[in-house]
Amino acid sequence: MRWESWSQFWAMGGYAVYVWGSVGVTALLMVLEVWQARWAHRAVLNQLKAEQAVAQLPVDEWK
Amino acid sequence: MKSINWFHYAAPQNFYGLAGRMWPGFAVLATAFMLAGLWLGFAVAPSDFQQGEGYRIIFVHVPVSWMSMVVYLAMAFWSVLGLTFNTRLSGMMTRALAPTGALFAFLSLWTGALWGKPMWGTWWVWDARLTSELILFFLYLGYIALTSAIDDTRRSDRAGALIAIVGAINVPIIYFSVKWWNTLHQGASVSLTKGSSMAEVMLWGMLLMALAFWFYTVALVLYRVRTLILQRESHATWVHQLDEVKP
Repeated sequence: MRWESWSQFWAMGGYAVYVWGSVGVTALLMVLEVWQARWAHRAVLNQLKAEQAVAQLPVDEWK
Repeated sequence: MKSINWFHYAAPQNFYGLAGRMWPGFAVLATAFMLAGLWLGFAVAPSDFQQGEGYRIIFVHVPVSWMSMVVYLAMAFWSVLGLTFNTRLSGMMTRALAPTGALFAFLSLWTGALWGKPMWGTWWVWDARLTSELILFFLYLGYIALTSAIDDTRRSDRAGALIAIVGAINVPIIYFSVKWWNTLHQGASVSLTKGSSMAEVMLWGMLLMALAFWFYTVALVLYRVRTLILQRESHATWVHQLDEVKP
């Protein structure tokens, strides 16, 4: 470990804005991408479930 | 030894199951390599004698830039397969890759700008490396816009495959731009022919991060292609018999 304190670590030798701006935006967009992929997958599954539920209804309940 | 029948897995129905078994493993690998890479890059690696701590952007910038090119080549690869063998899965793989590639191209430009400002004194210059990477980003956006504008999936896949294949010419241009032209961007720190010019621990940190982004991409693409398969095969009997869609 080459840092003497957390504040020294966060300061990044004066380059904090650039280093954490890079790491932070990368992490944020990756989290959003994963979240979006999960959301899209669940949406498709829910759609398919709903279609199945409708298809299994007895015919006279459709009215 | 029993050989794998690749065409078996070219059927969306079979690939759906295979991808479902594979993505969690790649997600675990991505997390493990990411943690190890961040540890080496941000806790162990010494500061740079010229750039101080500012050089640590390299642990994000180089892997995302590599992946932005690798993902585009992967799209071109699947497009060639799709046009040659007319397999439906190829178009879905290409489409599953595109958002991640676009994200990496954007991040390459973003982290590059944040690195350029303190080291070169400017966020952006129109030099060959930066400009060709910007074109790569636009190619991804063009692919996504074109394929989502065409409703018929077969035509949409074919049109997309053409962009992916023609645009692939840009990838070697990006890679060799620092050799072919005088650029503000530095030359390759890691070269296939000359090895590395970096300190060992920095290099290891960067390689671990690069592998982490590889695994991340594979996991996410396998995950996303399953969503696409379900969308496109929603009227197939095998989809209706899946446990996860039982009401």
